[in-house]
Amino acid sequence: MQNRELVIIGGGPAGLSAAVEARRLGIEDVLVIDRESEPGGILKQCIHTGFGLHIFKEELTGPEYAERFIRKAEALGVEIMLDTMVIELTSDRRIVAVNGREGLVEIQAKAIILAMGCRERTRGAIKIPGFRPAGIFTAGTAQRFVNIEGYMPGCEIVILGSGDIGLIMARRLTLEGAKVRCVVEIMPYSNGLTRNIVQCLEDYSIPLLLKHTVVNIHGKKRVEGVTIAEVDDEMKPIMETAQFIPCDTLLLSVGLIPENELSRMAGIEIDDVTGGPVVNQRLETSVPGIFACGNVLHVHDLVDFVTQEAMEAARGVASYLADGGKKYDHIPVTAGEGLRYVLPQRINVEAMTGEKQNFFMRCARPMARARLYVESERGVIESRLLSHVKPSEMISIKLGRDELKGVKMLKFILQEEGDKIECND
Amino acid sequence: MSATTEKRRVTCIVCPSGCRINVEIEGGKIIEISGNQCKRGADYATTEVTQPMRVLTTTVRLENGRLLPVKTSHPIPKALLFDAIKELSGVVVKPPVKMGQVVYSNVAGTGVDVVATRSWD
Ligand SMILES: Cc1cc2nc3c(=O)[nH]c(=O)nc-3n(C[C@H](O)[C@H](O)[C@H](O)COP(=O)(O)OP(=O)(O)OC[C@H]3O[C@@H](n4cnc5c(N)ncnc54)[C@H](O)[C@@H]3O)c2cc1C
Ligand code: SF4
Repeated sequence: MQNRELVIIGGGPAGLSAAVEARRLGIEDVLVIDRESEPGGILKQCIHTGFGLHIFKEELTGPEYAERFIRKAEALGVEIMLDTMVIELTSDRRIVAVNGREGLVEIQAKAIILAMGCRERTRGAIKIPGFRPAGIFTAGTAQRFVNIEGYMPGCEIVILGSGDIGLIMARRLTLEGAKVRCVVEIMPYSNGLTRNIVQCLEDYSIPLLLKHTVVNIHGKKRVEGVTIAEVDDEMKPIMETAQFIPCDTLLLSVGLIPENELSRMAGIEIDDVTGGPVVNQRLETSVPGIFACGNVLHVHDLVDFVTQEAMEAARGVASYLADGGKKYDHIPVTAGEGLRYVLPQRINVEAMTGEKQNFFMRCARPMARARLYVESERGVIESRLLSHVKPSEMISIKLGRDELKGVKMLKFILQEEGDKIECND
Repeated sequence: MSATTEKRRVTCIVCPSGCRINVEIEGGKIIEISGNQCKRGADYATTEVTQPMRVLTTTVRLENGRLLPVKTSHPIPKALLFDAIKELSGVVVKPPVKMGQVVYSNVAGTGVDVVATRSWD
């Protein structure tokens, strides 16, 4: 059994950023464990640009963003254990991992940061009828095939779901010579960035069919086509609008789920809405000494926010190691009307790691103009006007210690505003 | 022969408003831009209609059979993206490679370099 100070499970941008920040804060012994043969997580396959605008003020590709953090981590003496899969985690912070060199590795850690990322929703999770022929992939798997393994998943492609990964793959496959017939989205709006709709679809005249879905998959051995149909306001397919689209490949870009098997094993409380752990102001889960950040905590669309959150988790670990795991009471933080969730789900204002507390949230539907209200038991304590909120783009706001002092609860509400501009702020 | 009017639609991506801009072109000249809410949108639409530029990201082969992710060091004309991809499909790079290293020059006659976006030992 090894004894370590801080063990980080997952060496993607979350794990690497947390490791770098932990070393900067003076934590001596930092070990990152990743099951792959190289650190960098999902960024290794995201060869397109769009990473790091906030952190580096530059538009980097995924591999470039990852390499910058890998270099920093190495320069700061972070130990990275690769090809090693963590298979067990307990509530008293014991880890069992397995690799080909040492077999089973047992580690007792003083603190742990979960940074395992997320995985893609698969077809089973969304239930399309039809046979199970070859030629159905998640967009991320197709991305790995094309960008890392170097082969094409197919020639004629339909993409279900308009999340960014699907849009990015529509362009990538087109450039590599495939014909992308259309992108089909069940919602009345796209889940991707406008920039991606323009540069990945409009640039190549790929149709985006909103309020449509795939109702059937044809083919026994290999996909031969799909039937798509428009949906009504209740998202039920209108069968009169059904049409057959020949294709040999269906890509699914229908969402991501935080990877929390280990968290559950350790008895960590999971939030039903985010799919990730419930955390407090320092991103500590319900199990003392175990922290979480990145896609394992909630799904992020921007890697810059992943890095910021990971740095916060590292500060949380530093404060935990300093106060010896002292117990704190928390006040609840909840999402009201207009919002799907707010993170952290509970806070202790006295124990905040900085002068400001970051809150991350997602709205329930797109709004051109909206006002965000923060309520305590005393009424509204803060309000902000936001423009162009979308469920796919995370909202982040900071509240100061003074504003939060003495409050017993916090509730965030997002209300749509009319087109008229009110000049009251 | 009288010049025909061509209508083009451009979605502005300069800010999150995402204005739908209409551009009217006559005899190769822009005669009207509408739908934009600000000057930046008009500039964007003009470039998009006359000379749209994009950074190309793709992969090239390494001698060891693996793939090396690369990008053009500057944006290149959108119309040349497929030519560039075709040219790069024949490129084989010998490791070691450093991130930022030029692996191919003057892609599709644009004068722009193609650089590695990761290191490979
Ligand atoms: C396909 C895709 C495309 C994206 N495109 C963009 C984009 O264009 N721009 C942008 O800003 N953001 C983009 N994102 C979002 C951003 O890249 C991610 O939010 C970010 O990579 C998440 O970082 P992470 O470290 O939390 O997770 P990951 O990068 O997924 O890293 C998790 C790591 O944990 C390891 N791991 C998991 N379980 C274990 C275990 N049990 N034992 C050991 N190791 C384990 C995994 O191997 C992996 O390396 C994209 C995300 C995806 C999935
Ligand atoms: S035209 Fe102006 S307001 Fe409209 S999207 Fe472009 S930059 Fe934004």
